[in-house]
Amino acid sequence: MEMHLGLVDYSIIAIYFAFVLGIGFWLRSHMKTSEDFFLSGRSIPGWVTGLAFMSANLGALEVLGYAANAAKYGAVVTHFYWLGAIPAMCFVGVFMMPFYYGSKARSVPEFLRLRYDEKTRTLNAGGFAILTLLVSGIDLYAMALLFQQLLHWPFFASVVASATVVAAYILLGGLTSSIYNEVLQFFLIVFGFLPMTILGLKAVGGFLGLNSSLESVAVSAGHPAGFYDHVWANLGHASNNPLGVNWIEMTLGLGFVLSFGYWCTDFLVVQRALAAKDMAAAERTPLIAAVPKMFFPALVILPGLVAIGFPEVSPGFGTPPNFNLALPLMLQRFYPSGLLGIGMTALLASFMSGMAGNVTAFNTVWTYDIYQTHINPGKPDRHYLMMGRVATIVAVVAGVLTAFIVLHFNNLMDYLQALFSIFNAPLFATFLLGMFWKRTTGHGAFWGLLCGLVGSTSHYVLYRTDVIRYYSPMGANFFQAMWAFGIGLVVTVVVTLMTKPRPESELVGLVYSLTPRPELARLPWYQRPGMIALGVLGLCLILNIIFW
Amino acid sequence: MAAIGSLDIRWPIGFIFTIYGVILLVFGGLGQLRGLADMEHGVVELPGGLLNVDLIWGGGFLVFGLLMAWMARRASRQP
Repeated sequence: MEMHLGLVDYSIIAIYFAFVLGIGFWLRSHMKTSEDFFLSGRSIPGWVTGLAFMSANLGALEVLGYAANAAKYGAVVTHFYWLGAIPAMCFVGVFMMPFYYGSKARSVPEFLRLRYDEKTRTLNAGGFAILTLLVSGIDLYAMALLFQQLLHWPFFASVVASATVVAAYILLGGLTSSIYNEVLQFFLIVFGFLPMTILGLKAVGGFLGLNSSLESVAVSAGHPAGFYDHVWANLGHASNNPLGVNWIEMTLGLGFVLSFGYWCTDFLVVQRALAAKDMAAAERTPLIAAVPKMFFPALVILPGLVAIGFPEVSPGFGTPPNFNLALPLMLQRFYPSGLLGIGMTALLASFMSGMAGNVTAFNTVWTYDIYQTHINPGKPDRHYLMMGRVATIVAVVAGVLTAFIVLHFNNLMDYLQALFSIFNAPLFATFLLGMFWKRTTGHGAFWGLLCGLVGSTSHYVLYRTDVIRYYSPMGANFFQAMWAFGIGLVVTVVVTLMTKPRPESELVGLVYSLTPRPELARLPWYQRPGMIALGVLGLCLILNIIFW
Repeated sequence: MAAIGSLDIRWPIGFIFTIYGVILLVFGGLGQLRGLADMEHGVVELPGGLLNVDLIWGGGFLVFGLLMAWMARRASRQP
């Protein structure tokens, strides 16, 4: 397919680039200390960090990828937004943020040093640095691929141009610049994609028309009528749904280990909450983010479903079908010049902020947890500020290189979930035990994390070499996450029981049972994080029942 | 105030949405004047006739942009 952008569309894109860089220039003079650069001086209100918390996760995969996955797998992929996000976001807001923010840790690995010891921190920092570099290439890859297919721009030129803009605005404004652009991007995506959902649903005859279109598509492909349009109904057995997973893998693998492992321990998102102006804003950050997250399937999943159900769009996928074109096909079909520029800008913004999130997380962990701790300690603050800028450039260059690694994978979603199940799943066991079992020791955490990483990597190798088989790569990822979590949990418990625990006085503020929360009692009930979380979970439950 | 270093995020959001709103309104208005019959897509059928979707959405962008700028201005005047 080829998309024809007019002068007005290019102008809209150019204005966006000018604003993004303008924000960076505006903030440049305020980046005086490393805390300003890496943590925004802990000065941002909850609604901004909340939207950034969600938007940092709104990269290429979440926008382009989930529309593609909806077109390929149907409504079941909504689980990545509901079961795979909302409970974990509520958990991190209510139970974990008081420790992260209250401990004054500058990063997740630094929290591990406070709770456990230096070796656990270093292991986590090293793993996280590798993970962020591998993930940051995905957004560049997706952006370049899109430009190559739609506008016939050269792949390498697209990668370099996008990477340069991201590097420029982070170098100028640090995390603040990244967060502000994430908020801007959030509104651009909402306003840029909402007309597509409305026009698409109208064209297909509303929800009832979409339902009957999807039933026709399923039946003509030899599947049961409800194959594409249910969230839970087809999860009885892995062979009953196009994703190839059953309800146990979905609930424990995605809903528990992968989801909690990502939202509770991945510094990319936690960093946004650490930039909040106070504890209350930090706690509300994930809860605020959970509300738009819950409704985001309307902007990406629904257009993907319309794309396969609407006869005027579905032939555009080609043979064999290229589902990555779902969103571009919808833009092309429903948007006139003008709005098309807005839609393309929204896509661009999501790719750039997805990458920026990884770069800002990498430069913080590299500078604080690796460089300052092990390579060059005791230098003045401005030295680490400079190192943060150097790390930004290194991360962007590495992102360009990993974009070419991603070229060798045919499914971005499988690639990303495989990485998360290897790196995040065992880490969740380390955090869970550390926060809720005061006896957990540093030795236990280190060996549990290491064995979990080795276990998940071994499982991945066994699966890739066909020694272990599953119905689908996603089923393998979910099981791999459960396996890594289980190993991490068991090894941590066993080693902990064989080693001497730290005195309780050293764990105040780091372990749930040893941390008083007097400030909660002063809040009215409707402002307490627990009550807000219950409301969010209730709303999510209702949506799950409606789209069962 | 949603700001660090004197930049309230609602200012740039307000500005960019206002600019986009004006562009879409002007572009959509010109399209409307040229006639919508030959447009392949981007036309909404309303009880009063056909309307270019750029025009509708441009209005939405403009209102949102001005609202954001107004909120930022109000916040900047608070002590």
